[in-house]
Amino acid sequence: MTPEQPTPDHLLSILVRDEPRVLTRITALFGRRGYNIKSLSVGTTEHPGVSRMTIVVSGDRGVVEQAMRQLEKLHDVVKIIDHSLEKYVDRELVLVKVAINPETRVEVRQIAEDFRSRIVDVGRHALTFEVTGDEGKITAFIEQLRPFGILETMRTGRIALTRGSNADIPAHVYHPGETQTLQPVLSAEPREERAREVPNLF
Amino acid sequence: MNGAKALWATLANHGISTVFGYPGGAIMPVYDALTFYPEVRHVLTRHEQGAAHAAEGWAKATGELGVCMATSGPGATNLVTGLADAMLDSVPLLAITGNVASHLMGTDAFQEADITGITLPITKHNYVVRDVAELPRIVAEAIRIARSGRPGPVLVDIPKDIQLAPYHGDIPAPHARPEIPAPSPESIERACELLRGAKKPVMMVGGGSLDAAAEITALARAWDIPVITTLMGLGTFPASDPLWLGMPGMHGSVAANRAISEADVLLGLGLRFDDRVTGRVSGFAPHAAIIHVDLDAAEIGKIVRTHVPVRGDAAQAARLLAEGAQPPARAEWRAQLDAWKARTETPSHWGAGSAVKAVVDRLRPDDLLSSDVGQHQMLAAQLARFEKPRRWINSGGLGTMGFGLPAAIGAGMAEPGVRSVVIAGDGGFQMTAQELATLKMYDIRNVKICIINNSYLGMVRQWQELFHEKRYSEVWLGDSNPDFVKLADAYDVPAYRASTAEELPGAIDAWLADPRSALLEVVVPHEHGVFPMVPAGAALSEMIETEPARPGAPTPEASEA
Ligand SMILES: Cc1ncc(C[n+]2csc(CCOP(=O)(O)OP(=O)(O)O)c2C)c(N)n1
Repeated sequence: MTPEQPTPDHLLSILVRDEPRVLTRITALFGRRGYNIKSLSVGTTEHPGVSRMTIVVSGDRGVVEQAMRQLEKLHDVVKIIDHSLEKYVDRELVLVKVAINPETRVEVRQIAEDFRSRIVDVGRHALTFEVTGDEGKITAFIEQLRPFGILETMRTGRIALTRGSNADIPAHVYHPGETQTLQPVLSAEPREERAREVPNLF
Repeated sequence: MNGAKALWATLANHGISTVFGYPGGAIMPVYDALTFYPEVRHVLTRHEQGAAHAAEGWAKATGELGVCMATSGPGATNLVTGLADAMLDSVPLLAITGNVASHLMGTDAFQEADITGITLPITKHNYVVRDVAELPRIVAEAIRIARSGRPGPVLVDIPKDIQLAPYHGDIPAPHARPEIPAPSPESIERACELLRGAKKPVMMVGGGSLDAAAEITALARAWDIPVITTLMGLGTFPASDPLWLGMPGMHGSVAANRAISEADVLLGLGLRFDDRVTGRVSGFAPHAAIIHVDLDAAEIGKIVRTHVPVRGDAAQAARLLAEGAQPPARAEWRAQLDAWKARTETPSHWGAGSAVKAVVDRLRPDDLLSSDVGQHQMLAAQLARFEKPRRWINSGGLGTMGFGLPAAIGAGMAEPGVRSVVIAGDGGFQMTAQELATLKMYDIRNVKICIINNSYLGMVRQWQELFHEKRYSEVWLGDSNPDFVKLADAYDVPAYRASTAEELPGAIDAWLADPRSALLEVVVPHEHGVFPMVPAGAALSEMIETEPARPGAPTPEASEA
């Protein structure tokens, strides 16, 4: 018997039209196929009417590719970026509340400083830190604090952007030219004409 | 002009001539506005499910958009089965629902249901109209989405206040159909390379190829490749062509299933490898390199491993593949296929099979044949010989009982000059039997209903016989079935009955000769199976070819008495 391999994580960015139920549509698609979403962050973008989601899903390559192709069919989805295919920066914001006592107080503060974490709340028996960083940094930070007694944590979920210019975003999403304005959402133009690219397979 | 009138004006602008529906409180402004648009015909069905299936029948026969309409809450939820059916069978369908006024939405108001939430997974897209200024544009966009790419159902939910609100904008014209990107030349070249080397190639054609029949026929002949048409693809290749092997899958032909199991190259066009087609996936086409042509990228590699993916339109791909044709001689393969084909059995004794055969043998190439769901459906699919696509109207993906009659009405209304025959079981017919009233109301004259009455929910009974040691649980209808002839009579639909092999030809003659829509009940022996059959979860090569002898059970001949 081979020990079960942990399924790898995939980091996807999905640009969507900012419309009611768009979040439901996307999460339902994952849910129906039994893919577990590990983290999900959504926010607005520089373009009115377009939101950006960062989703972390676990599953093998085939599973994620199938999910992406199903997502691409959704009318609300403008573009999907699979960050495993390119260079990217990612961040997560985490709040960590750690138990302290007079003996551990200084040591805990020192660890936080080493991680460039900020104290956002001070209590007699607990300190709350804010830390941002990539997954490795956050995991390391939490592991360092764990022996002191972590009372609560809250993570925003990962967010990511590709490195460099917006070269990955096809011109039919952004009009060429200086302003790079997005086409009006729900434009009369057939969606197929600004269709997203399907992974190289074809 | 208010929102409701803008809706009809938009539909009319898009050439929508017929809408199937049912009114109610939350859609009354739309029905009121209808009286101002005589160019659109509204067909009142007797149940919203009937409206949805009728719209599907229309779309399946013509390839054009079907439109159905319902009020909020119970009206809208009654459309759900039809929408799910259209989703799985990729039918272009527009559903318009009324809803409670915007300020009441989300308050559990009278007859409110969150229909966009409910239909999220069973529509290609759906909308709630929040502003009357958006209404016509949304409807036009919904129509485009329903028809483009891989077609499917789109729902537009319109709150009552939006229907009543004044509209001052333009009425949009139809969107041009977007150009479909051509398959990549590399993928076509790789596919041709595989086909050139193939000793035992086979082509499998699904419902996504219905509008590519000419190209596919040319392709098969150019490469000299035998063709299997799935349940959804029946008619895409002429049954009279010697290259046709029949239908694959659970109730597929011996030749088709053996050919798949032996093939070294399988060229699939516009199909999604449904589990009823593949049987156990690991045993499906075990020796074949698979070329999969599909418009929908998500279908490629979804179920079966694909060696050469070809993304694109079936007609375009077929044309390109035919251009590269260099068919090697494959005499051995042909001889093997002919031997398997000779095994195709025609039902000999009196039973559902011979009854269905007697009916489908009377079809003309232009006739539409709809079916409900069950044994009679599989028998019709096995026995009918389609020469053209879009003549076979059936619920393949969802397997919806109650589909047959309303779908035949919709198809028959789309093609009033063509005979629209429907074969149904005694079980499924009763799920939408009330649509007989629609035949009467619109004096529809071309719908010919045939009920194969075996007094059982036959398909379920067959599974209980084969896989549950004959424990027949909740499948007997014999004591409670209505007198179908009297039932038809109550709706003023002429009806005929045959109970023996001798009576059947005369009854069929009278039924078809009747100038009106008419019903034929064929009473058949109770226990009759559909074979060949691949048990669920088995590989196609594990097909049971003929009906097993059942010791102690009455033979079909004996139960005739
Ligand atoms: C709405 C719906 N409910 C249940 C089923 C499951 N089902 C499939 S075939 C069948 C029996 C159909 O019986 P009948 O209409 O008499 O046709 P027969 O199989 O006898 O030809 C049933 C119950 C279904 N397909 N659809």
